[in-house]
Amino acid sequence: MWKFLAKRLLQMAITLLLFQAATYFLIDAQPGDIADIMTMDPNIPPTERQRLRIELGLDRPPAERFLIYIRNFYTGNLGVSFQEYPKPVIQIIKERLPRTLVLFLSASLVSFWAGFVTGKILAWRRGSFIEYASTITGVTLYTVFTPWFALMMIWLFAIKLGWLPAGKFLDPVKWIGAPVTSNMIFIRMILTATAALILMFLGFWLSNKVPRKQRFFVRLASFLLPVVAVVLYWRLSGMGPYAWDIATHLILPVLTVTLIAYGGTMLLMRTSMLETLREDYIMTARAKGLPDNVVRDKHAARNALLPVWTGLVFSIGGSISGGIITETIFSWPGIGLALLNAALVADIPLAMGAFTIIGVMTLASHLIADIGYAFIDPRIRYH
Amino acid sequence: MTTQTKIVPIPLWRVRLKLFWKSLRSSWALFAENPVGLIGLGMIIFFGLFALAHPILMNTVWEPRVYHPTMGYDMEIAFHPSQPSARHLLGTDPLGRDVLSQLMYSTRYEFVLGILSAVVTVVIATTIGAVSAYYGGIVDTLLMRFVDLVIMVPFLPILIVMSSLIKIGMLELALVIGVLSGFGSTAIVVKSQALLVKVKPFIEAARIAGGGDFHIIFKHMLPNLLPIALLYMMFVVTGAIFSEAVLSFFGLTTIEMSWGLMINITQTQGYLMRFDTWFLLIPASLAITLLCAAFYLVGRALDEVVNPRLRRR
Repeated sequence: MWKFLAKRLLQMAITLLLFQAATYFLIDAQPGDIADIMTMDPNIPPTERQRLRIELGLDRPPAERFLIYIRNFYTGNLGVSFQEYPKPVIQIIKERLPRTLVLFLSASLVSFWAGFVTGKILAWRRGSFIEYASTITGVTLYTVFTPWFALMMIWLFAIKLGWLPAGKFLDPVKWIGAPVTSNMIFIRMILTATAALILMFLGFWLSNKVPRKQRFFVRLASFLLPVVAVVLYWRLSGMGPYAWDIATHLILPVLTVTLIAYGGTMLLMRTSMLETLREDYIMTARAKGLPDNVVRDKHAARNALLPVWTGLVFSIGGSISGGIITETIFSWPGIGLALLNAALVADIPLAMGAFTIIGVMTLASHLIADIGYAFIDPRIRYH
Repeated sequence: MTTQTKIVPIPLWRVRLKLFWKSLRSSWALFAENPVGLIGLGMIIFFGLFALAHPILMNTVWEPRVYHPTMGYDMEIAFHPSQPSARHLLGTDPLGRDVLSQLMYSTRYEFVLGILSAVVTVVIATTIGAVSAYYGGIVDTLLMRFVDLVIMVPFLPILIVMSSLIKIGMLELALVIGVLSGFGSTAIVVKSQALLVKVKPFIEAARIAGGGDFHIIFKHMLPNLLPIALLYMMFVVTGAIFSEAVLSFFGLTTIEMSWGLMINITQTQGYLMRFDTWFLLIPASLAITLLCAAFYLVGRALDEVVNPRLRRR
């Protein structure tokens, strides 16, 4: 296992370096640089433009700049953004990464779980009306034009019903004179939500150990107690309204990304489950007289999960791309939006920073998915 | 005296044609069993006719000055965008052009784009898969690491950066999407299929008969990989049409007219979040969704033809 991990990490490092090289030269090869864009005004003399270029280091050959960039990057210096000139890239990324991670992680987890459960049930009830209806829904969600779907969600929930805000991270009016920054609140929100989720998970895990009769109450308590604790915490700290503002802005983008990712997982789980149901061991399990839900959950779904997990590995790149689209439509100030804006004005340090973070995110989720595979499928052992 | 039976030599191509016809018929029977695939095929045919109808309409009923998808302008209507009417079935866009005409005109390019990039992807993926399975060893390792790299790269950001690097028209976009998107997973699937084909006796026979590596890969392995490659082609078409629409929606291509661009125009002119001008947003978005869904459904139905374990019986 450790040898595999070391080998894998080495491969990841090489991949990341190749990725950085490819993206650096791609961004760099754009016609015109940031100096052209900043000195668009014809009254600015060309000598000033040249001076700016030298100041930003854009006069040197690309290969040299790339080497300097890589050396700085691996010594922890990501440079300063050209757009927001004196602001270090690392600061922008620190501010924006949690936002993207929340969007991506919550959507991936929820859609994977929901897709697994519904796909399983759909395959089990093959040929029923509900199966056709859900398959159509799944195909629609999987192939729908994402920007349009996001716009429709905004139109429905924000404009027509007026339940949720239409976009952006927060409502600036409510934050006038706020004693804390939005990011502090957001980080605290992430921490409390994670703690509550862990408590819930532990409660459910413990509920399997108690006698059947009390199980329901343990589960109810383990669900309600963390929720009450979180609500109490925000009430008492006095930051509740600010947290609520961010939370309402968070719902719509997360819901959109989740729904889009859900369709693919559900369809894949259904197909995989159909394949598994034809296996001989399912026949054996039925012939033994096992109850239906045991055959379905313990024998079929457990094995059908394997290709779905592989599918998850393939789709990670896609869901990160989907996140960028959603961030743009919802003006959600995450890494994707930063990347799009930076790439369009040749803000090389910020674009490279965002690219690298996206690359690291993809690589890390691939690694986690691969390690998870060994836990899901006991036949797989990494040497 | 025995009557000598005369052997009439049947040319090889006729045998092959007959076999091909036979397998096509049995595949079609399997395909036709599935309503999902037929719906998809029906939708593709509909869009095909939709695309074909445009030049015919332009030459007969529609006056080019008014109905031209990019340069037309209807002077008889005072204010654009105008609501759907008998003259303009889906209304006109903010620049005074007929929406239906734009929709039909764009369809053919979506087809060309989708199919061209799918062909590019599948050719690359099949070659990589077959070569990697056939040779194994170091070639396999190198190619598979390369495939891993391609799978990991987030495709859309790269495309966004590329779009500011080169002037991306339809053809360039098709090639870029074909080369960059999705051949990773296709190559892995094709490779696993190729590993099964590689150990079949006829490959051994071909090798004993003195066939070279190149000959064996392209004459004996590839025909057996084509069904699965065709299947993945359908999914690539879906991805390609989607990517083009997203890029055009962000205004990053130089394509003169496409469904994504129609939505982009709606957005830049400020008609996006209004329900009274639905005809600017909904037809184009729905067309993208439906064409993507059509290819996807055909792909799923083909999956059941190629993969016997998915069939109902």
